[in-house]
Amino acid sequence: MDILLSSGSTLIILAGVVGFFMAWGIGANDVANAMGTSVGSKALTIKQAIIIAMVFEFAGAYLAGGEVTSTIRKGIIDASYFVDTPELLVFGMISALFAAATWLLIASILGWPVSTTHSIVGAIIGFAAIGVSVDTVVWGKVLGIVGSWVVTPLISGVIAFAIFNSAQKLIFDTDNPLQQAKRYVPFYMFLAGFVLALVTIKKGLKHIGLDIGAQEGYIYAVIVAVIVAIIGKFYINRIKFDEDAVKTTQYANVEKVFAVLMIVTACCMAFAHGSNDVANAIGPLAAVESIVSNNGEIGKKAAIAWWILPLGGIGIVAGLALFGHKVIATIGQGITHLTPSRGFAAELAAACTVVIASGTGLPISTTQTLVGAVLGVGMARGIAAINLGVVRNIVISWVVTLPVGAGLSIIFFWIMKSVFA
Amino acid sequence: MARNSILGVFAKSPIKPLEQHIRLVAKCSSQLIPFFAACTKQDWDTAAKVRKQISKYEHDADALKRQLRLELPGGLFMPVDRADLLELLSQQDKIANKSKDIAGRILGRQLTIPESLQSSFSKYLERNLDAIDKAAEAINELDDLLETGFRGREVQLVEKMINQVDAIEDDTDSMQIQIRQDLLAIEKDLNPVDVMFLYQIIDWVGDLADLAERVGSRLEIMLARK
Repeated sequence: MDILLSSGSTLIILAGVVGFFMAWGIGANDVANAMGTSVGSKALTIKQAIIIAMVFEFAGAYLAGGEVTSTIRKGIIDASYFVDTPELLVFGMISALFAAATWLLIASILGWPVSTTHSIVGAIIGFAAIGVSVDTVVWGKVLGIVGSWVVTPLISGVIAFAIFNSAQKLIFDTDNPLQQAKRYVPFYMFLAGFVLALVTIKKGLKHIGLDIGAQEGYIYAVIVAVIVAIIGKFYINRIKFDEDAVKTTQYANVEKVFAVLMIVTACCMAFAHGSNDVANAIGPLAAVESIVSNNGEIGKKAAIAWWILPLGGIGIVAGLALFGHKVIATIGQGITHLTPSRGFAAELAAACTVVIASGTGLPISTTQTLVGAVLGVGMARGIAAINLGVVRNIVISWVVTLPVGAGLSIIFFWIMKSVFA
Repeated sequence: MARNSILGVFAKSPIKPLEQHIRLVAKCSSQLIPFFAACTKQDWDTAAKVRKQISKYEHDADALKRQLRLELPGGLFMPVDRADLLELLSQQDKIANKSKDIAGRILGRQLTIPESLQSSFSKYLERNLDAIDKAAEAINELDDLLETGFRGREVQLVEKMINQVDAIEDDTDSMQIQIRQDLLAIEKDLNPVDVMFLYQIIDWVGDLADLAERVGSRLEIMLARK
């Protein structure tokens, strides 16, 4: 208890630095997953992708990152066990951050596609269950989180399948695909804008001081979505098409329309990623901050300190700015057969799934959701070849990450305990 | 860091190389026209040069085939069946092989087509090459087929093309019967060994359209599955 009073600010700064480092790692690494499909299908240049990622990752983190942060902060662990020993919770949360950041670093060096979400959840469970007591973990909640990791790729796969098939029906399998594309693509933009706006309004604006009623929320979301669609329509009308378009080049023109749509879905994806993944870095930080600043009282109702979400957002953007360029440049090469019409279906489905999951506070993996969406498009016979080996690796990395994150966090926990106590 | 990303999920598309392969094959077989023109003129130097060209194209097609096979390991999830795709590839490749065989046999024996058969033979050859071109055209629709998720109008369009290949192959069959009859009528005036080989060449040229038809039906099977 005394330790919190004597070196409370040291602990907060420590947690802040590690949390920032973690956010930075998320920005540097995961951005490839969030923006890769857009760059890969040549809808965006690297520079455009970075700018979009910066703006929307930050917006997502700041406006919609709160729910997941709360889950990480106080959903996994039953805080009532720590009432008498709040310092253990502080040490644990910092250890969990250390563990997840270390694992992220190792995996990045080795080129393994790990999920930051899985490492932080594994790390928190690790220190609590082994370091303190098995009873401290709210296993029901953990089961729900782990279950969501299985369910969300499935859901996003199904959504991607449906979106892709609807685009086939409405646009590709018609007499004049280009005409149909111009007509229907703005509707997809509307859908993307609507989901994004709705989650932001319902979940994000409250904590920056605006409280909008449920009904008004829907109305505002529709208005935003209509504006997005109108702007999109404007840009579609400005595209220069191959005028002497014979039947063979017609699909090339259709893809140009989808490329505009992909800019919108890329924004969605960046927003979704920011909203879900920022919590991995700042959830533990928020827990530490709230315990220390309440002098060891574990206040359940305490709001997240105002500076924490922006710190995470800035961390992600800093990672992006420094390394995003290099990462995206490496992945932008060598993709031949990912056209915007496929990329859009996968991105939109994944973004919707992630944004909705973020709204309900579930920390899910953006990468896995996107992989689920890609497989969904593949099921609809839309992608020339999917490397199932890589998909398997991603799934394995997900399974491996949990025990590794847990193990590392236990080690860090014991080290912290012996250093500070 | 490149592997640490979603894009590792996308494998190299086999569709472009497959289209490239049939274009190469069609180019290879189309050289038979200048080849036979040179043979008719008894210009064996030119014929040898053209045969070399045919052989080179055939070799390139082989290399492309091998590369495509290597890039198509088992663990790929594709909109078409992998076995069907590989089968289609080897059918395509057989067209180039057959073209090379024809040129080689003719040049090796310095065989000329009898004058009275020449015009009908060149029509027959061209018709066979038509079948190959049509099949190549159908294969080249594969990227549009991918765009449309292998269904709907685009599939009907390709099926129409495949039917056209079949129709052309029927044509070549009746042309072949006619040429054989014409050869039968004059064969007693010719060197018997040459006649044997002439029959063989007529067969082989006819095989070109047969192979093109088989490419079409493999494509059809590929589209029908799943």
